[in-house]
Amino acid sequence: MIRLPLVLFLSAALFSTGVYGVLARRNAVLVLMSIELMLNAVNINLVAFGAALHDLTGQVFALFVITVAAAEVGIGLAIVILIYRNRETINVDEVNLLKW
Amino acid sequence: MTGAEIAFVIIGVAAVVGALRVVTARNVVRAALYLVVTLSAVAGVYLLLSAEFVAWVQILIYVGAIVILFLFGLMLTKAPIGREALDNQRRGVAFLVGLAILAGLVYLIQGAFDWDAARIDPFEGSVAAVGSSIFSRFVLPFEVISFLLLAALIGAIVLSRKEDRP
Repeated sequence: MIRLPLVLFLSAALFSTGVYGVLARRNAVLVLMSIELMLNAVNINLVAFGAALHDLTGQVFALFVITVAAAEVGIGLAIVILIYRNRETINVDEVNLLKW
Repeated sequence: MTGAEIAFVIIGVAAVVGALRVVTARNVVRAALYLVVTLSAVAGVYLLLSAEFVAWVQILIYVGAIVILFLFGLMLTKAPIGREALDNQRRGVAFLVGLAILAGLVYLIQGAFDWDAARIDPFEGSVAAVGSSIFSRFVLPFEVISFLLLAALIGAIVLSRKEDRP
């Protein structure tokens, strides 16, 4: 028996750590890693509520989120490598061509 | 506290410490390796929540594939070492935003759920049940997501291919 709020607190901690990482990091690969932390927090919530309600839908959607995360990392790293090839940097604050 | 809760707290502390190291590490390869710690701990949480298939998929896809992809990304882009090179100058604001989100979420969860009534009992979440759920009730999202994966695969190949200029 695990109390549900404990699991939700863990997920909240992981999510806010990911938000901090996305905002504080310059390196684009590290920003992508922080996004993975946030997606994991969401997955923990899905699985926890599914387990609390004795429903498998939460697990199925966690699997879907993992798939989308894999697609996102593939595309994201391809874009990062392309930016590095063109600009010689992957610092997100130096890639500001579209910034108003 | 039950035994499952004690195990959960230990694994959860490992996950949070790993996550904090991911966002504060000064060496990018170490950040990727701390990400392995966090993702494995999250897989342990899934096992405690009786979601074994999700746990093994987490190990296979996240720890096995995505972290390797990250390491390749770090290898192909020159990654500097040091706090100033990896973090931007708005670290304080980012810390405040993260803290505010954490405080807001904790306040909401504290208010929304009864501490003792909302509990997770172990249940039979077998792999066969998950599979039949995916292939009966969620077969359309499953097909859509496999199409998305194919599109992402082709997109990544097209993006990272060397352009042969005429």
